[in-house]
Amino acid sequence: MADLTTLQGLRRSPLHDMAAELRGGPVPGERAVRLLEWPYLTMVSLRVEPGSDTARRIEGVLGTGLPERCGDVTGEGAHSVLWLGPDEWLVVSQTAPESLVASLRSATVDGRAQVVDISANRTVIEVSGRAARAVLDKGCPADLHPRAFADNTAITTSLARVPVLLWKIDAHTFRVMPRASLAQYVAAWLLDAALEFASPLPAGQAPAAEGA
Amino acid sequence: MLQIECPWCGLRDETEYHYGGQAHVAYPEDPSALSDEEWAEYLFFRDNPKGPFAERWVHSGGCRKWFNAVRDTRTYEFLAVYTSNDPRPDISSLASADTAGATA
Ligand SMILES: [Zn+2]
Repeated sequence: MADLTTLQGLRRSPLHDMAAELRGGPVPGERAVRLLEWPYLTMVSLRVEPGSDTARRIEGVLGTGLPERCGDVTGEGAHSVLWLGPDEWLVVSQTAPESLVASLRSATVDGRAQVVDISANRTVIEVSGRAARAVLDKGCPADLHPRAFADNTAITTSLARVPVLLWKIDAHTFRVMPRASLAQYVAAWLLDAALEFASPLPAGQAPAAEGA
Repeated sequence: MLQIECPWCGLRDETEYHYGGQAHVAYPEDPSALSDEEWAEYLFFRDNPKGPFAERWVHSGGCRKWFNAVRDTRTYEFLAVYTSNDPRPDISSLASADTAGATA
């Protein structure tokens, strides 16, 4: 039987076939846009009654509280916890899925939680640069203005009409998380949407101020 | 676009939601004891008021949770949203508030 290392060497990320396009796609200049896939991040779906014994023990394992409101993200270290619903979260982690799932499951009392490795469900496309938000605004119905969408906020929304998780890291960095089967479509849409920002602004027109 | 307030996520576009029909239709205690007519009544017959109507909605493009809403079927205005744990709002008081608002 092939061991795990061999299998990991054989796997292909959802955007493997578009790597060259993404590398060659950055839009330079004052309205820069860069696209980058972060493949193989560990993602664990977590469902548990908030405030329960199991929830508290799971928070101990994660080293952070479970976010309580829509958009909130907790965790500073290896694990980030994204709010998906009042009793549902996504743990995005740099640790191996097998060990994270095992430690989360060992924290559950009376089986009153659901912990599932869904790392293969989504990939992560990082959209960064001064025009990152302007690109996303072209296809996302959510209000991405800083007054409504603060740094380190993550919401379930859609981009180019397909469902995605959208995680804002800072004013110029967003992580778009589509399902694996829709990743190529979303990446192609982003490449196309970013294209217009390569053209220089008309003389005398400054790039949009931050927060505008 | 119409926006609907999810009890957990706040205002989102109508396209993120799906409709679930009349709210507060209880599943029969003992379905096998019902006559065909009573079973058909439970399955297929729903109120169709002109005015405030308590309905089920699901935030399928967001938190994927079901909730209830009172919507005015004449104006499409949402008069209240509430979870299944919240008390059922008094529809008649919502109706009068709406009428007052409409004539203001
Ligand atoms: Zn919601």
